[in-house]
Amino acid sequence: MIEAELSRSVVRWCEGATGVTAAARLSGGASQETWRFDIEHPDGPIGAILRRSPRGYGAAPTRAAGLAAEARLMQLAYEAGVPSPRVMHVLTPDEDLGTGFIMQRVEGETIARKILRDDEFAAARPLLARQIGGVLARLHKLPQDKLPELRHMTAAKEIGEFERDYRSLNWPKPVFELALRWLRDHDPGPSDEETLVHGDFRNGNLIVGADGVRAVLDWELAHLGDPMEDLGWVCVNSWRFGELDKPVGGFGSREEMFAGYEAAGRKVDAARVKFWEVMGTLRWGIMCGGMMQRFREGPDHSMERAMIGRRASETEIDLLRLLAPRGE
Amino acid sequence: MQDEPTPIELTKAVADFLRNDITPLISGHQAFKLRVAVNILDLVARQLMREEGSDAAEMERLRALLGMDGSVTDLNRALAERIAKGEVDLATPGLAEHLWQTTMDKLAVDQPSYASYKRELSRNR
Repeated sequence: MIEAELSRSVVRWCEGATGVTAAARLSGGASQETWRFDIEHPDGPIGAILRRSPRGYGAAPTRAAGLAAEARLMQLAYEAGVPSPRVMHVLTPDEDLGTGFIMQRVEGETIARKILRDDEFAAARPLLARQIGGVLARLHKLPQDKLPELRHMTAAKEIGEFERDYRSLNWPKPVFELALRWLRDHDPGPSDEETLVHGDFRNGNLIVGADGVRAVLDWELAHLGDPMEDLGWVCVNSWRFGELDKPVGGFGSREEMFAGYEAAGRKVDAARVKFWEVMGTLRWGIMCGGMMQRFREGPDHSMERAMIGRRASETEIDLLRLLAPRGE
Repeated sequence: MQDEPTPIELTKAVADFLRNDITPLISGHQAFKLRVAVNILDLVARQLMREEGSDAAEMERLRALLGMDGSVTDLNRALAERIAKGEVDLATPGLAEHLWQTTMDKLAVDQPSYASYKRELSRNR
């Protein structure tokens, strides 16, 4: 039935389009949905993706930039040569599709484990750490005067939010307390320069093909802040999927990523990157706790969510490896 | 005292049935969910097997560290508070060892195939 509404929408803005077929829901929770579908066109079908909040779910959670901002960022990224899907249309209220946008579908793989194991990506893998450095540098250079309204974040502000989230779980974890103390003691202060920060740039949010990164997805946590945050987050062990000694998403070394970043004309502060890696590890741990809480209290009583609660201990061992490493 | 088979044996029997007899019959999203279900039962079996021993050892360490008595939950809460206040830190004798041991015992139940855990386990040997 979503096909009827999508058909009415596409014929209005996609010249020559006659309707849509093959609409299928991909993922997402109650408040945000992703659908794939094909636009029927005399020149052949056009692969498309709909990202939307259905009607009645308009209000974005406090941290999310909102779908309109996300569409704007992806469009800016696309125009600046950051691998990104082309945004085709931003939904309007009279279309009865909720709020969100439609983008061109980029073929490739997003499932991290497949990118790390399948033969198809064997040639791309050794290039990815350096490529990611270059992509992040271009992303951090996006012109600030064209950006949508975004939150300004600093490390101190994020630590405060983590602490509030963690305390609200009533889930005493000595390792998390240790990490919170460490973060407060090692906060490098506000960054000299504030740039766009993607906020969730990691293996799992990239479309990768045989040639490397084809698109950066999930801009909903974008904000303004310390660009080193993105470089630290992509190194969090949870996104290495078992490739312990390849910190950049399981693909390669920090040095390769830094070289790619600097080759694209931006400077790296390795100490800040390390700080943000600790921060990111704790962030994912607290998010696992949030999943546990929603499993207990919310309508989503799924086994998957329950099991994510049991992954907090993975971040505890990773925090200990960072903060209290044992001898070789 | 309850009769046997034990909860560990019962849980394992269900996990084996789902794994061996049902998995081949199912595909797609349901197969994914079934894998999660089997993983949960395996986790429960590991916890039933190890929890008593690891909790007792953890309490012993916590009593020594904190110089107080209480349930394992109370003692963890007390340790968390002392770390938050800065009264206990990595320079405190025994803290790092305690956190490492406690965390290793959790991973042994939660995710024994996690790469960081396997790396650290090989260090213990």
